[in-house]
Amino acid sequence: MGVYSKPVVFAILSAVVILIGTVVTVFIPMLMPSTQPVSDYVKPYTVVELEGRDIYIREGCNNCHTQTVRPLRTEVLRYGEYSKPEEFAYDRPFLWGSRRTGPDLNRVGGKYPDSWHYKHMKSPQSMFEKSNMPPYGWMAENRLDTRYSKKKISILGYGYTEEEVERQIAGYKARVTSPSYDSKEARNEVTPEELRNELTEMDAVIAYLQKLGRDVKNMEAEE
Amino acid sequence: MKENSYDYQIVRGFTFSALFWLIIGLIVGLWIAFQMFNPALNLTPWLSFGRLRVVHTNGLGLGFGLAGIFACSYYMLQKLSRTPLVFSRLAKAHLYLFNVIIALAALSLFAGMNTSKEYAELEWPLDIAVVVMWVIFAINVFATLVKRQEKQMYVSLWYIIAMTVTIAVLYIVNNLEVPVNLFKSYSVYAGVNDANVQWWYGHNIVGFIFTVPILAMFYYFLPVSTGLPLFSHRLSIISFWSLIFAYLWTGAHHLMLTPLPEWIQTVGIAFSIFLIAPSWGSVINGYYTLRGNWEQMRSNYLVKFFILGITFYGLQTIQGPTQGLRTLTSFFHYTDWVIGHVHMGTMGWVTMTISAAFYYMIPKITGTGLYSIRIANVHFWLILVGQLVWTVTMWIGGIQQGAMWKATDPDGSLTYNFLDSIASLYPYYKIRFAAGIVYFAGIILFAWNLVMTIRKSQEVKNQPLNR
Repeated sequence: MGVYSKPVVFAILSAVVILIGTVVTVFIPMLMPSTQPVSDYVKPYTVVELEGRDIYIREGCNNCHTQTVRPLRTEVLRYGEYSKPEEFAYDRPFLWGSRRTGPDLNRVGGKYPDSWHYKHMKSPQSMFEKSNMPPYGWMAENRLDTRYSKKKISILGYGYTEEEVERQIAGYKARVTSPSYDSKEARNEVTPEELRNELTEMDAVIAYLQKLGRDVKNMEAEE
Repeated sequence: MKENSYDYQIVRGFTFSALFWLIIGLIVGLWIAFQMFNPALNLTPWLSFGRLRVVHTNGLGLGFGLAGIFACSYYMLQKLSRTPLVFSRLAKAHLYLFNVIIALAALSLFAGMNTSKEYAELEWPLDIAVVVMWVIFAINVFATLVKRQEKQMYVSLWYIIAMTVTIAVLYIVNNLEVPVNLFKSYSVYAGVNDANVQWWYGHNIVGFIFTVPILAMFYYFLPVSTGLPLFSHRLSIISFWSLIFAYLWTGAHHLMLTPLPEWIQTVGIAFSIFLIAPSWGSVINGYYTLRGNWEQMRSNYLVKFFILGITFYGLQTIQGPTQGLRTLTSFFHYTDWVIGHVHMGTMGWVTMTISAAFYYMIPKITGTGLYSIRIANVHFWLILVGQLVWTVTMWIGGIQQGAMWKATDPDGSLTYNFLDSIASLYPYYKIRFAAGIVYFAGIILFAWNLVMTIRKSQEVKNQPLNR
């Protein structure tokens, strides 16, 4: 058995052996349309939603919350319509998760008003005594950092112009700081006074959560 | 022959690095285990569960696991090729670089700089450092193998070569990302593709860190510490090639019933089931190596670590493919069942095998006996009991949560809300925490025993007149 006395040949042979499964199940699917389906209904994240998503990643929310509803009766009953591949076309990285210490979030958008999220993020235990979710009230004390927003949008190819990026940020800020914002009271309760007229990290995370599954819900409503 | 020109400093360096990161990783583990039933320990943003869980998995998988693998690899490499390490100073650089990377990894993960992809959370500058570190290791491995004095390469060396090659492919492909700045990047893959690449990586990083190099240790340290030859060389050949061939097809069993194309899921299931055969090839090879000499389970304190270790490996490799079946995954996935599964492998198989390998190597290197075999025995029983209570508790909790998610009332509505299902697990989480303390106590004894062995050898050296 010559190969067992030739380390370099052995390494090359091992590489070939491990690459067969890799090519068939990972590399070839990359080129197949079934792994990158698109739908007119699924829209890219807005700038603020994207910034919220990056905070979700930073805080490791995906360690406790999945974002994929399986096609099982009780699961659809609990969370809503099961997840479709095209919903994730703009997700880099994907955030499907692997453990549900908390509930799945793929259909959480629109399920509760913003005010619910402000209160819940500040103190999950005040709403659900037995919850083991960490409190995230401190997010409302951090001004949202949008220095890299334009660069992020251009890397991800969402196609917004620089003006559009600024307009979206200003637009969302105007929305949550407006006196007529429907969740104004809850927001003011968690946001320190000096940041009430600014965008905070918590505003962005909530914007992101409200986007999850929204496109699919809109599509269902139209049908 | 040239025994005294072998580089044992590097083995020692990685051994004690492993022990250090093991203790740190377990403290973080205990911390998050407590948070699971009492969120009060989420004291600051950097101590919140979402960030700490990643510090735990990386600290133990990369900090402890990899350091243990490097320590044993450098030892086996020299012994099995009967050649001193070719580049000793490069190996030293490897040791320093490794520890700097793990320290920076921990700090950056505490700070929330992570890519979210499991076991590949490090941001891109650290990814580059990790690749450089592996290249340094590979240079020494291949240089030493090329210059070796022993014609045939023993089984353990095959596994070390396969690890080195495969980790390179896995790590580079899954970590391809576009930097936004020094601390943030985006994956080059999107959605379904990103998931497919990640779990191909995630499953195989487990395979080629927690299986392949640990098997290398098992195939080497069991025979040398018992004085018994390996049962079957032919079986080890078949097991090796079929294991490394089949592993790469199975990542999709982590993505059952997700939007991943169904054929990839089905192929994943098929190869997972196949994988039982090569896994058990190694288990059987281990058991039969002891045939006629089972009394060594009592007389040789190292043997029980290896045999229990390979037994957990055997159980693990049956449980894994089984829970990947569609019917069972629909019940068990996303519950603590899987957490129990992983920890049987890491706390059982991996840690027991590395423990015994360290107990074998350090006395050999220092030339003195182990400080205390009795402490080693207590260590064994503590980590065995700690691990068993830990994993069995999580399996029961997983079954309970899975059942609660699926329960419906006669009218078809859900019986439990989500909070019911998690709150009902808190008693199990308390038991898990207690089991973790027992396990941790065993590990402290392990580290203490090895530190004292080194001290003992230094005392002997410092008393030349008494010799």
